[in-house]
Amino acid sequence: MDFLRPAGWEEALAAKAEHPTAVPIAGGTDVMVEINFDHRRPEYLLDLTRVAELAEWEATDRTVRLGAGVPYTRIIEELRTELPGLALAAHTVGSPQIRNRGTVGGNLGAASPAGDAHPALLAAGAEVEVASVRGTRLIPVEEFFTGVKRHALEPDELIRAVHIRRADGPQQFSKVGTRNAMVIAVCAFAVALHPRTRTVRTGIGSAAPTPVRAHEAEEFLGAALEEGGFWDSGAPLEPSAVRRFAELCAGACRPIDDVRGTAAYRRRAVGVMARRTLGWTWQAYREGEGRTAPCA
Amino acid sequence: MRVNMTVNGRPYEADDVWEGESLLYVLRERLGLPGSKNACEQGECGSCTVRLDGVPVCACLVAAGQAEGCEVVTVEGLADHARQRSGQVAPLAPVQQAFIDSGAVQCGFCTPGLLVAADELLERNPDPSDADIREALSGNLCRCTGYEKILDAVRLAAARTGEAV
Ligand SMILES: Cc1cc2nc3c(=O)[nH]c(=O)nc-3n(C[C@H](O)[C@H](O)[C@H](O)COP(=O)(O)OP(=O)(O)OC[C@H]3O[C@@H](n4cnc5c(N)ncnc54)[C@H](O)[C@@H]3O)c2cc1C
Ligand code: FES
Ligand code: FES
Repeated sequence: MDFLRPAGWEEALAAKAEHPTAVPIAGGTDVMVEINFDHRRPEYLLDLTRVAELAEWEATDRTVRLGAGVPYTRIIEELRTELPGLALAAHTVGSPQIRNRGTVGGNLGAASPAGDAHPALLAAGAEVEVASVRGTRLIPVEEFFTGVKRHALEPDELIRAVHIRRADGPQQFSKVGTRNAMVIAVCAFAVALHPRTRTVRTGIGSAAPTPVRAHEAEEFLGAALEEGGFWDSGAPLEPSAVRRFAELCAGACRPIDDVRGTAAYRRRAVGVMARRTLGWTWQAYREGEGRTAPCA
Repeated sequence: MRVNMTVNGRPYEADDVWEGESLLYVLRERLGLPGSKNACEQGECGSCTVRLDGVPVCACLVAAGQAEGCEVVTVEGLADHARQRSGQVAPLAPVQQAFIDSGAVQCGFCTPGLLVAADELLERNPDPSDADIREALSGNLCRCTGYEKILDAVRLAAARTGEAV
């Protein structure tokens, strides 16, 4: 094994181009487990923790460009207002020790259907900035996941950053597990209200081969809110509409039975989380809290 | 490969480190610092918790090469670390003394990691609520004590540190 330690981004891209089989390592919270248990013996480890650019974020009017190597702890501390859904999701990852090291770039790189950042990114609206010596491209997060633990990166590409839409309304994240800390999601759900575009977006985790949006549910609720003038009136939602939204979210799942839960349980739990998180976000919207969604 | 780092204020050099080796392995097997414990090697138990450039991490999930040039504090250096912070002369860090006085140590396997995590909490937040303590220690498993005595110990250390200031 060789340990490659690029000091900057260009050097990292050059190393990945020269050694396409090199395994990038950021926080190491996925990679080191695989190495410790002999599930993986890469020829090259490509350490990205010296690449200072990856650990930075910058906010513009409409988006936050989150460096792939910003650890969860800093997202929780620094980006709660701009990215409330992602901050809530980050807070449920592992433990303080894991959050101090683990990154969204690593979550995307692992591309687990249970990755907690994914539903929050789907609901907020995000594009993954990937680069190689050949150039840079932006991949909508919906298209990033191509299968169970598979993603759209070419062998010579690295994730540079994620461009995430800044919250323009309340967002929520909810996750089912056996305890608060240190659980891989049985299933997870994120919702974001976007009053500026008068749309609602969702993200479902751990209930299909990849993280997915519940498109039909989003369209149904978007239309119901628009037609009923709810965005302007801020009136309470019709219980029947909330129920339908929850059903459509559950319907968007393609879950399996596994050690963490059955498919039927997952479908049901996603419906329950959809109903609750919609209730919380709509309440926050009505109270004019705008971007600062309450904690669950 | 060779890895250089500062551990508990002292420079160390480890040779013939395998590239896939963890910081935990280097500390225990190459630098003669077995205080940090190895229980799960998958980030679940926290018994390997050390400070890496000030930040609590699972040493089992840090590749040795990632620690090159970094400052590491392990349980062996905790008393020194606490003395430098407070300027007081005591043989043990306040959390260490409080763990003993509260009966928070049984088999002791989880203790080094808990001490490092608890000490960092008190450094950041000298007057933590119970929720703060639970959250800060949520990545450290103990199979003996049932945690109550551990929570007592952290409260005691916080109270004593508060009095001393
Ligand atoms: C105890 C424990 C608890 C956990 N709990 C959770 C949890 O609750 N929720 C959750 O979602 N995850 C959890 N995880 C998994 C892990 O912490 C997350 O997936 C984390 O986001 C990984 O980030 P990292 O920086 O540590 O990734 P690494 O381990 O460094 O890398 C992960 C993958 O991404 C690739 N990669 C990293 N950076 C890049 C980049 N810039 N470009 C291209 N590829 C890259 C790596 O090659 C690797 O394949 C847990 C892990 C542990 C050990
Ligand atoms: S040995 Fe590192 S967390 Fe268990
Ligand atoms: S004292 Fe035995 S594991 Fe905690």
